[in-house]
Amino acid sequence: MNTIGVLALQGAVREHIRSIEATGAKAVEIKRKEQLEAIDGLILPGGESTTMRRLINSYDFFDAIQAFGKQGKPVFGTCAGLILMANEIEGQGDSHLGLMNMKVARNAFGRQVASFEADLKVTHVGDDFNAVFIRAPYILEAGTEVEVLATYQERAVAAKQGHYLCTAFHPELTDDNRFIEYFAQMVEQSKKTLAS
Amino acid sequence: MTNTGTERVKRGMAEMQKGGVIMDVVNAEQAKIAEQAGAVAVMALERVPSDIRAAGGVARMASPEITEEVMNAVSIPVMAKGRIGHIVEARVLEAMGVDYIDESEVLTPADDVFHLKKSDYTVPFVCGCRNLGEAARRIGEGASMLRTKGEPGTGNIVEAVRHMRQVQSEIRMLTAMSEDEVMTFAKEIGAPYNILLEIKEEGRLPVVNFAAGGIATPADAALMMQLGADGVFVGSGIFKSNNPEKFAKAIVEATTHYTDYKLIGELSKGLGNAMKGIEMGTLEAHDRMQDRSE
Repeated sequence: MNTIGVLALQGAVREHIRSIEATGAKAVEIKRKEQLEAIDGLILPGGESTTMRRLINSYDFFDAIQAFGKQGKPVFGTCAGLILMANEIEGQGDSHLGLMNMKVARNAFGRQVASFEADLKVTHVGDDFNAVFIRAPYILEAGTEVEVLATYQERAVAAKQGHYLCTAFHPELTDDNRFIEYFAQMVEQSKKTLAS
Repeated sequence: MTNTGTERVKRGMAEMQKGGVIMDVVNAEQAKIAEQAGAVAVMALERVPSDIRAAGGVARMASPEITEEVMNAVSIPVMAKGRIGHIVEARVLEAMGVDYIDESEVLTPADDVFHLKKSDYTVPFVCGCRNLGEAARRIGEGASMLRTKGEPGTGNIVEAVRHMRQVQSEIRMLTAMSEDEVMTFAKEIGAPYNILLEIKEEGRLPVVNFAAGGIATPADAALMMQLGADGVFVGSGIFKSNNPEKFAKAIVEATTHYTDYKLIGELSKGLGNAMKGIEMGTLEAHDRMQDRSE
């Protein structure tokens, strides 16, 4: 069985655990970097990116998560997780984990009163995917190796670069598990590749 | 189709705050300290609860300049308090673009009978509760997030503990009930029947429930997490302490790692004196903020 971890420093951890379990995979809350050794894929959940980054530093997760990704193990970031994965953040001198070659804008649709739900067409995942955007970021620019999976009003809101996946919205807040199932397939694939 | 202000978007915003600390601030400088320390949001206020208590008189929504100053200073969400039942204060805060409104008993209630019909607003609301009946009534009115009332501005955790335990214990009772007992339970605790059925089905509240009202140390924050809080609000505790920066960081870490006692011990070193605090028995009935609303 595949094991998928959710970085459990802050944010919507419980919802991701529920959605991972719905795919039949084993879900684990990751609170210590040593736990990364026992998982096949990692989710960086939604929450506050600045808060999560401080806690990533406090608990020495920074290098460990980058190393996890460099081994070829899949990482999926939602909302704050997408910001953590980008290598450039608009208006900020430094980025966080820099796993994906893209420039992102924080709170890009406005404050909470502008948060919204919309149905999107998502490549590899399906049509009419109910996407929940909460003080969401979007992708301003993406490198050629980045595949944009979904757009909302011509703004890139979901993307994939090799074994890295990210969304500006929150698939874990609905009962539609198609997105997490896609990630679970990526984890399955990488496990086979890494074993061979 | 694009929809704003849906129940999912409003409740979801609070879900993203889980495991975090929301700090009371009165200016841009404090807001930045809170953000640096890892707060998931700040509550913009004119005075922290202990100062409201000391000042007496009528406490109202903060002046818009203060709220705007805080909103311009940080990129984390900004919450603000409006008086219970004050439709216009709430609409003004919504129009200003605050991310969450606390319909709060810390301020002097504008309506001593009715709370706001919070489902009418695009902005989400957090409300206080002391028991399951109160929690369910607020959810019925459209609150997207709850918190214990505790006793604000006292630095005394005992009331927040009582309220958290009460809600948890009533949820356990409800979950164990047979369905034909729920209507009478709803009548007894003054709760909307359909909300109780939903809570019974899920085995938990449909919105997040934070701890608030009296958290004064990292150990207090960890205690509330252990009792089942989804996160904590810290009011007077941080900026009334000797070293707010260090204190704020320690509270954030204790909230994340609330069962790591060795760590909490380390975090609690060198913090100086926590706020003096008030013993409940010395509070007059009219000074109890938690009893200002039902």
